[in-house]
Amino acid sequence: MALKLSDYKTDVHNDWCPGCGDFGIVNAIQMALAEMGIERDKAVMFSGIGCSGKTSHFINTYGVHTLHGRVLTFAQGAKIANPELTVVAVGGDGDGLGIGAGHFVAAGRRNVDMTYIIFDNGVYGLTKGQASPTLKLGEKTKSLPSPNTNSNVNPIGLAIASGFTFVARGYSYDVRHLKDLIIQAVRHKGLSFLDVLQPCPTYNDLNTRDWYAGTDLVDEAQKRHSRIYKLEEQGFEPVVHYDSEPEVNEKLSQALIKSLEWGAKIPIGVFYKNPLVSTYTQRLQDKIPNYLENPPAKQNISKNGHSNTDISMILDSLEV
Amino acid sequence: MSFVDFSWLIGGPQGSGIESGANIFSKVCAEMGYQIFGKREFYSNIKGEHSYFTVRVADKKIHSNVNDVTLMAAFDAETIFRHFNEVISGGGIIYDSDLGDTPTDSVHTLDAPFKERLHKELESKNKSFTISGVLEIAKDNGVKLFPVSFKSLLESLSEETENPRLKGLIRMFNVIGVSLSLGLVKMPPDSLQKTIETIFSKKPEIAKINQQTANYSYNYASAKFENFDHTLPGVQKEPGTILIQGFQGTALGKMACGCRLQPYYPITPASDESVYLESNEILEIIDERPGSTAVIQTEDEICAMGMTIGGALTGTRSATCTSGPGFALMTEMLGWAGMNEVPVVITNYQRSGPSTGLPTRHGQDDLLFAVYAGHGDFPKIVYASGDVEESFYDTGNCFNYADVFQVPVIHMMDKFHASSVITCKRFDPQKIIINRGKLLEKVDDGYRRFEFTDDGVSPRSRLGLDNGIFWNTGDESDEFGHISEDPILRVKMMDKRMSRLDLILKNIPVEEQVVSFGVEEYTIISWGSTIGPVRDALDLLKKEGISIGLIQLKLLNPFPGDYVNSLLKNNKTIIDVEANHSGQLGKLFKQNTGRDVDYFILKYTGRAMTSTEVYDSLKKIIQNKANKREILMHGA
Repeated sequence: MALKLSDYKTDVHNDWCPGCGDFGIVNAIQMALAEMGIERDKAVMFSGIGCSGKTSHFINTYGVHTLHGRVLTFAQGAKIANPELTVVAVGGDGDGLGIGAGHFVAAGRRNVDMTYIIFDNGVYGLTKGQASPTLKLGEKTKSLPSPNTNSNVNPIGLAIASGFTFVARGYSYDVRHLKDLIIQAVRHKGLSFLDVLQPCPTYNDLNTRDWYAGTDLVDEAQKRHSRIYKLEEQGFEPVVHYDSEPEVNEKLSQALIKSLEWGAKIPIGVFYKNPLVSTYTQRLQDKIPNYLENPPAKQNISKNGHSNTDISMILDSLEV
Repeated sequence: MSFVDFSWLIGGPQGSGIESGANIFSKVCAEMGYQIFGKREFYSNIKGEHSYFTVRVADKKIHSNVNDVTLMAAFDAETIFRHFNEVISGGGIIYDSDLGDTPTDSVHTLDAPFKERLHKELESKNKSFTISGVLEIAKDNGVKLFPVSFKSLLESLSEETENPRLKGLIRMFNVIGVSLSLGLVKMPPDSLQKTIETIFSKKPEIAKINQQTANYSYNYASAKFENFDHTLPGVQKEPGTILIQGFQGTALGKMACGCRLQPYYPITPASDESVYLESNEILEIIDERPGSTAVIQTEDEICAMGMTIGGALTGTRSATCTSGPGFALMTEMLGWAGMNEVPVVITNYQRSGPSTGLPTRHGQDDLLFAVYAGHGDFPKIVYASGDVEESFYDTGNCFNYADVFQVPVIHMMDKFHASSVITCKRFDPQKIIINRGKLLEKVDDGYRRFEFTDDGVSPRSRLGLDNGIFWNTGDESDEFGHISEDPILRVKMMDKRMSRLDLILKNIPVEEQVVSFGVEEYTIISWGSTIGPVRDALDLLKKEGISIGLIQLKLLNPFPGDYVNSLLKNNKTIIDVEANHSGQLGKLFKQNTGRDVDYFILKYTGRAMTSTEVYDSLKKIIQNKANKREILMHGA
């Protein structure tokens, strides 16, 4: 029986603030899972800590709500042990780019075949609105006692520099577009990253829904235009088509330059995609020829309740 | 009949082949039927600092090193300066005569505090601050000196074999030291040749040069050295004996018991275990396609622990291996594993703390830390192995405990274990029982991961299992694993998890919890690698008609206080022996049995205890001459 969108929803009460951008993201994830028809018990949603951390409880697949900053570590371990799983990790920008930044960079180097979605809102919501790593220097959201003294991290740029092989940005109020991005990200063979702009209506009074919609931007003809625009509509070509240094470098640098665009115009869509980099699965397969066919989680480790591993060759070599 | 008990020491700068020299020596002795207990000491350094290896050779099972060195092979000045005093009367020092009159000041790796102590001794005995000075003391002590010019030896060998490359090939010094030693003790030469061939089996050219050098040096010693009373002619070999390095016990245990994922971050003295696992990553499986262990080097210990938990959630037996500083980083996740009832094993090769401490030295510093690791109350098992042989079987048990009780298990090992080389009975993998507890193969509808059950353990699904969907969270949760802050449910969940502690004490067989070597008027409590020197010390005392009891604590959390009390009964003097400053086992013991420790024998120099030291302290205790805290200091 085909799975419906409602099958991917749990009946857990959602206690996010009214108007929270997180709703759009969780909806887009559920829609993407339904559209791809991924079996519920073959998918795992990992989440970090904070408002976004509750996401895994709202989605009716396996759900693992982990620790602050550490979601990628749990998710990679599960995927390595059982490569059949569809693994999606989610977390806030403080979670992934503050306390978890080391894991973010290291995950890029591994290119494990899974998806990481950051709910990017510029504040630490659940602890009442402190500045998060994507808030710009000098900005003062409403509960900050004084303007932010740190410069911001560029999530797209950091992902590209770290080796993520699919890097995109979505907007939580464009759910359909976001759903399409999630599908592309999950289908990508390798580590995909989605930076999702997600207004926090309670604590971020700067990057609000109206601000993204450009209500403050009025051109000469008194016409308003949204800050958000789609890369694909501008003919931006993010995909690395062949494995040559100039091709890769060109696609990397144009993505990096695009990632710096912020203010009156904010690009969403796919910044970079390189399907030619070996996944971690392939790298393990190169060392362990039957890794995919007999991965850690599938191995039979006993026979009649006793060890079935034959270590006699090693013991022979130790025998005197 | 006199027993063979012979200790050989080889020393030199780190990177000069001390370890491979000691391996050759140990293997030759083991091949010739002797029991071996070897231990490596080294600085936190790649090249140049002083490293040494002590190999004790005996004709019966031994569990430790002793203070006395019977024969020392030194090809650098520092080894002589640091160890001349350990060689016994009637023992010998083989040394490179080219070292001549090297003064202490020209050895830059001799640190100031040591030099000050050495100079004081030399001054008091009116000796020069040179190699000759210290060797005169050795000679006065009755030590026999065997000077050889290592350089000339290589030169004449080079001429004889018409191989100019050999001349000045100083990396042969270790083999020369070993071979001179074996020649001196009249070890049959064939085993030396055979051992070198085995060790260098993949490099026949190198094997040949080493064999030539060995042969020449061996013959040199046989012909030129005289008047040495100690010989090692070989004894009847015990069939099924293996020669094994400490870290291999837990690694082989992991292979045998089905650990298939080991993420780790490099740290001394733990990483050898992971590297060894990866070197043997493809596994032969009886009647099946090959298996494998995915060994993943992570960016830090936090990730190592996270990946281990992630792997365990898929039903894979998963472990990590670390030491104190790394374990400290893992503790937040340890609590998560406890909260979510995830079976993981953390093999903890302790070293000297606090902080970076003595990073390459021994210590049992982390017992209390392991027992109390993590914030909040959650059940965990802390389990300690007494020796390398035990560690193989214990590893299997640790994974069973993790699966059956659904708790994290911390398997306490240490640097003394990791860097010792011993002979023991060949491991029997068939003795490894695999018990996965309530791990499900199949799930019916309405599954609840944290279902309340009579024994407090819920059936366990795994990521990817049909119908087995569950949720995990570090928050308090309901039976499905969804966040709940309900006060009544909170109490039920806490009680459910914590009830595991009683279940563990009730269900783990007592002989796996505690090993009693007998209870006497004086009884020792001890744990981990310290058991070795204690056992050997007790053997020595027994020969003098003195019986002292010993209780080895293996299960340290939950602590089997009632059982230990029942063993000890009332009127005994309790002696706590362990390698840390505060007597951590003693504190746990008091907390769980209500009894005071009467004496502590403690060592925290960073060097492992010798049985000699333990024996001496026990003697003092019996003679009523001991301090409440006996602090041991032996070892360079």
